[in-house]
Amino acid sequence: MKNCGYKKVDVADLKTCTERLLADGGRMQGVYAWYPAPSRAELRYVATLPGQARFVGWSVDVGDAAMPSLAGVCPLLGWHEREIMEMSGVAFSGHPEPERLVTAFLPPGDRGPLEPDGATRASVAAGLPAPSLPAVSGRHVQLLPFGPVRADVLESAQFIFLYLGEGILHYHPNLFLKHRGMEKQFEGMEPASGALIAERVVGIDTVAHSLAYAQAVEDAADCEVSDRAAWFRLVAAELERIYNHLHYLGHLCHTTTLKVGEAQGKLLEERAKQINARASGSRFLRSMVWPGGMRRELDVYAIAEGLSALRPQVEQYIALIERTTSHLDRLISTAPLSQKLAFDQGATGPIERASGIDRDLRRDHPYAAYRTLQPTVALAQEGDAFARMKVRISELRASVALVEKAIARGVPDGPLLVPCAPAAHTEGLGWVESSRGTVLYAVHLGDEARLARVKIKSPSFSNWRVFPSTVHDSNMMDYAINEASFGLTISGCAR
Amino acid sequence: MSLWTWFGLKEGSASTDWPLKGDEDGQQGVLGMPRYDPARCEAGCDACAHACVTHAIAFSASTGDAAKPEVDWGRCIVCQRCAEVCPTGAFTTSGDWALGVHERADLKWDAEMSERIVREVPERMRRPFGRSLHIRHVDAGSCNGCESDLQALNNPYYNLHRLGIFFTPSPRFADVLLVTGSVTKAMHGPLLETWEAMPVPRWVIATGTCAVSGGVTGGNYASGTGLDGVLPVDIYLPGCPPNPAALIHALLMIVGRSRQRMRGGQIER
Repeated sequence: MKNCGYKKVDVADLKTCTERLLADGGRMQGVYAWYPAPSRAELRYVATLPGQARFVGWSVDVGDAAMPSLAGVCPLLGWHEREIMEMSGVAFSGHPEPERLVTAFLPPGDRGPLEPDGATRASVAAGLPAPSLPAVSGRHVQLLPFGPVRADVLESAQFIFLYLGEGILHYHPNLFLKHRGMEKQFEGMEPASGALIAERVVGIDTVAHSLAYAQAVEDAADCEVSDRAAWFRLVAAELERIYNHLHYLGHLCHTTTLKVGEAQGKLLEERAKQINARASGSRFLRSMVWPGGMRRELDVYAIAEGLSALRPQVEQYIALIERTTSHLDRLISTAPLSQKLAFDQGATGPIERASGIDRDLRRDHPYAAYRTLQPTVALAQEGDAFARMKVRISELRASVALVEKAIARGVPDGPLLVPCAPAAHTEGLGWVESSRGTVLYAVHLGDEARLARVKIKSPSFSNWRVFPSTVHDSNMMDYAINEASFGLTISGCAR
Repeated sequence: MSLWTWFGLKEGSASTDWPLKGDEDGQQGVLGMPRYDPARCEAGCDACAHACVTHAIAFSASTGDAAKPEVDWGRCIVCQRCAEVCPTGAFTTSGDWALGVHERADLKWDAEMSERIVREVPERMRRPFGRSLHIRHVDAGSCNGCESDLQALNNPYYNLHRLGIFFTPSPRFADVLLVTGSVTKAMHGPLLETWEAMPVPRWVIATGTCAVSGGVTGGNYASGTGLDGVLPVDIYLPGCPPNPAALIHALLMIVGRSRQRMRGGQIER
């Protein structure tokens, strides 16, 4: 394990350590629990420090007493801690919202789904209440439960609005109706095949998830992929960003009722997906990434030819969007997210960069071929829907340029796939900057080198956590635009 | 904005003529379900079944060394692993994607079933729809891959409207319930409510391998095993995800404008 240096930390020192991490300009990425033995649970805090490519982490033994909640010091941990309570049964004391989150719509069991067979510790999972709405009253206050089946072809989620006229007093999204138990699904599998599960956590982030997973397995196996595989990984990851960013722009036009802009954005997305299909055999770039390298090569000629046709169309499309005042008027000053809120609540990817946080895993913690082929990182300060679109536009241009640059340099020599078999009782960490932000995978191998625990931290889990704070006190008219400007998935959040 | 009007006029139509004319279905290079040739199987080899994470390929417990794998495309997630690990070429990659079938059994490999004549949709069933369809989609626990290619149906390239097929917000106006995902425990209720709100006659399409058989999470603590036993299914369309052309093919099957092409696990060519 090289990707993350873990330090043993005592429960009593957790709060001080967190405060020191934040004072040093560090960033908490998340926390998860796992069971080294059925009778023994351990917490893993994962963080990054500025100027340090490796991740840092703390491992904390869980005793009989409840663990101290750090949500007061580092608010983004609030959801992570709730998930640990309901899924792994570990109690936290002083938590501001000790309610179920991921399992909110499942019948409660005696133990959390991630507690091992034969667990002997007392579990807090069964006793957690379902999430509650705040009591809001007033003569004209209305309650609007919207979903989970909503108009259009959309992922299932329910949004509850408490509103007065046009003004939204309180907003509560129910995001976990499609929780599929993805983390549990990895358990007992042999590590290579796990890549197929990772590809199906978020269909439209297939490369990001399978790559982060593969890197975690390679970290556990101390396996180094070839320059050739690393090059193909970068190109696949950037192709994934391109079609996602095009979809984002088309969908944003849909919410501002710019019909031709929507049609054109989605047409360009289709063309990008068709490039993916010609290059890889899959519109979603599936069946490519595998622990140890790549399963197949991408057809570089198809990509070069496709992008040279797509690039001028993308430029023309962006130029039109940037000149359409009716579109921009609906975005400028809509749903601003402050830098402090973005950082404290854990916003990631284009969302944090639109709020002035200059952070990109591809540059700060490089993987695949990003050490030699560095991405241009887009940044904006305003934090509104317009800033979020501007960042996406810059990233779209940067991704096209980066793929072209990679192709111009040529494909390095080397084997496409090298053997990668982690030993029993090893662990690893992998990360990827997807089009939506940080994807993080932690893997633990158990007996017979089979997967014992896989933790998935997806960007939509982080960004959905932040999103409601931009909705409270805004108005109904802006809601759809605001949501589209975040570019979220439900599948990534609910897993 | 006159800007966009001018742009739209200048660009002209971007839609494909397929399936009305030509063969530009937009799926160039897309890998579909692998092809299976049991004659090439080696005795005692189980590499494919070992690699298949959804057990689309399996050996039944009772058979011996000379056993051939049993194949169910309804469980296949198109990961191409069997084609990769097969030492003899019994499984090979292909572009086969027109997989919509009326009966679940037609997705299972069976030499005799592949010879039979498929039940056609009777004219009296088609007539109420006037050869046009309105679809209500419900995501019952997908990875968003199916939604992404369903959304693509409304892009200018596939332009579903030109075929008289529309997505509708309300189940009250819907002829077809198109379900994606393995049916998670939490989505079971909302899915049934949507179906109950639809007027009869109504059709149900199990879209994608998750809805057909549960996919990679089928039957765990949070997920169901697809639509069987939940709703009466009229068309099963496996795929991970089914591509837009496969979706169009399945939708047109309902109104009798396309034919079922898979029988007994074999696709007609």
